Amino acid sequence: MNKIFQEPLYPYSRSPDQDAAMPVRHKVIVIGAGPVGLAAAIDLAQQGVEVLVVDDNEKVSFGSRAICFAKRQLEILDRLGCGQPFVDKGVEWDVGKVYFDDRQVYEFNLLSEDGHRRPAFINLQQYYFEKFLIDRVRELQDQGAPIEIRGRNKVEAIGTHDDHVKLEVETPEGAYTLEADWLLACDGATSATRKMLGIDFVGRVFEDNFLIADVIMQADFPSERRFWFDPPFNRGQSALLHKQPDDVWRIDLQLGWDIDKEHETKHENVIPRLKAMLGDEIDFELEWVSIYTFQCRRMEEFRHGRVLFAGDSAHQVSPFGARGANSGVQDTDNLVWKLKLVLDGQAPDTLLDSYNYERVQGADENILNSSRSTDFITPKSDVSRLFRDAVLDLSEQFEFARPLVNSGRLSKPCRYVGSPLTSADALEGPSDTRPGAPCVDAPLGENFLLDKLGDRFILLTIDADAPDLLEEDGVTVTRLALSVRDDPTLALKRRYLGDADSAVYLIRPDQHVAARRETFDESQFRAAIRRATGKE
Amino acid sequence: MPDQLILTANIANADDFYADLLEAHEGRSHTESDALNARLVLILANHIGDSEILSQALAAATSKPA
Repeated sequence: MNKIFQEPLYPYSRSPDQDAAMPVRHKVIVIGAGPVGLAAAIDLAQQGVEVLVVDDNEKVSFGSRAICFAKRQLEILDRLGCGQPFVDKGVEWDVGKVYFDDRQVYEFNLLSEDGHRRPAFINLQQYYFEKFLIDRVRELQDQGAPIEIRGRNKVEAIGTHDDHVKLEVETPEGAYTLEADWLLACDGATSATRKMLGIDFVGRVFEDNFLIADVIMQADFPSERRFWFDPPFNRGQSALLHKQPDDVWRIDLQLGWDIDKEHETKHENVIPRLKAMLGDEIDFELEWVSIYTFQCRRMEEFRHGRVLFAGDSAHQVSPFGARGANSGVQDTDNLVWKLKLVLDGQAPDTLLDSYNYERVQGADENILNSSRSTDFITPKSDVSRLFRDAVLDLSEQFEFARPLVNSGRLSKPCRYVGSPLTSADALEGPSDTRPGAPCVDAPLGENFLLDKLGDRFILLTIDADAPDLLEEDGVTVTRLALSVRDDPTLALKRRYLGDADSAVYLIRPDQHVAARRETFDESQFRAAIRRATGKE
Repeated sequence: MPDQLILTANIANADDFYADLLEAHEGRSHTESDALNARLVLILANHIGDSEILSQALAAATSKPA
């Protein structure tokens, strides 16, 4: 057994709050020390907002769970000051093979686009993801940042009020009461917070089960992703093989709906299945086995007064396309700067309604994409299977059918087009960087563009004049002046100017574009700042 | 009009098209779905018109890799 599972990372210790005469009030309490809760807490703390994380556990999660992290998440981790360890430890792959029935139908090579600091994605076990975030929490604590994690602190009851939230917390040494100005519920798919507040989901349950196994293989197995539709070793179903660090391989076997979960997870039943898939000659060791049943659904509203839901507690998707943990971290990326402005009195609390608007939009995109992948992988009608099999048959000979093969579309960040915070596009520029979109990275000599953005509003000027500092109703915007000459590869020009000669971009603290024009127009940009902070 | 059947990707939002295609079949019986597919093939064939392209398409659809 891997040591990382056993070591308490944030063991219980008594807090002075437990002996206080009156409940202690915190600025923000986060429930859940998973990837989403930790990302939220780090983001808040490094911007100087006092935050307390409570979790009923004290260790990283068991088993690989979320394993695929896309570029946007790595960029967010960079902004949180800790992207490098994830990339150093993670596995990059670019060869994928698709099998149908007893044969390989095609192979593809994902060539990453140049001029980005981070790769398209990495594979990394969730326990490493959590561990590296905890390391970052400890680093921030050493620097005196206002962040604390309390292990084995289980929230048993929640009282909501107009100006605060009250929590009853159970610990090994008894219960105590806490208060928070704001509560972030990052407590996962089975969110106890959601249940305590009596809020439910809308959406669709997919009637299927997947056996998920982490297998340690030292054999010289190629570093590639393999996906099988209807293979001889798992007839009528699908299978996936994915590489993780430390010679750990992730195997997903679709089992169908009507199964005996206990029977299927017994090692003596799992091992013959894996041998049929991997071949008798390969030696492997089984590290973790679990059964996964999934839903594609979300809460109607992610904001309930002073309680904000993020990650799986707010929305769930099928695992195809890596949209679970990825979208959860995008939630906190969207939320934290808004919460900071509200706490600092620089924006009305209605700004938080835009969190709901924008992340519901993101969740709906993810649900749409992952539902489509699920429908392709597990056709729900005869005609759906007919077309699926026709696509796979054609894909062997004809290139045109390959983009239709859908074994998961890689998570792409949502563009908040139509959001009340997003100004109308006023530049004939590239569509990838239009208002609402996250900034696309570009090389700047030794550095990258995204390293210069984040945590605050930026006025990016490319071969355009503008004031170095702009203040609008308490919100400060700092200019970043660049020229197309700063990037000899011309990626900056391609990604931000297109055919225009110059451009001015207003960029939000989460690195999304709020507005853009060819030149600086003071009244237009002041209006864009008000709009982006919920004042217009 | 090209005189060669296009067999490289040519649909801008292929996932959207595929979802629309399946949605058109939703709730139909097997026979109704077959009939829908037949109508669709005839409509698309008429749009193509060019008999050379149509015979290349028939050949592509009937060829099965060994």
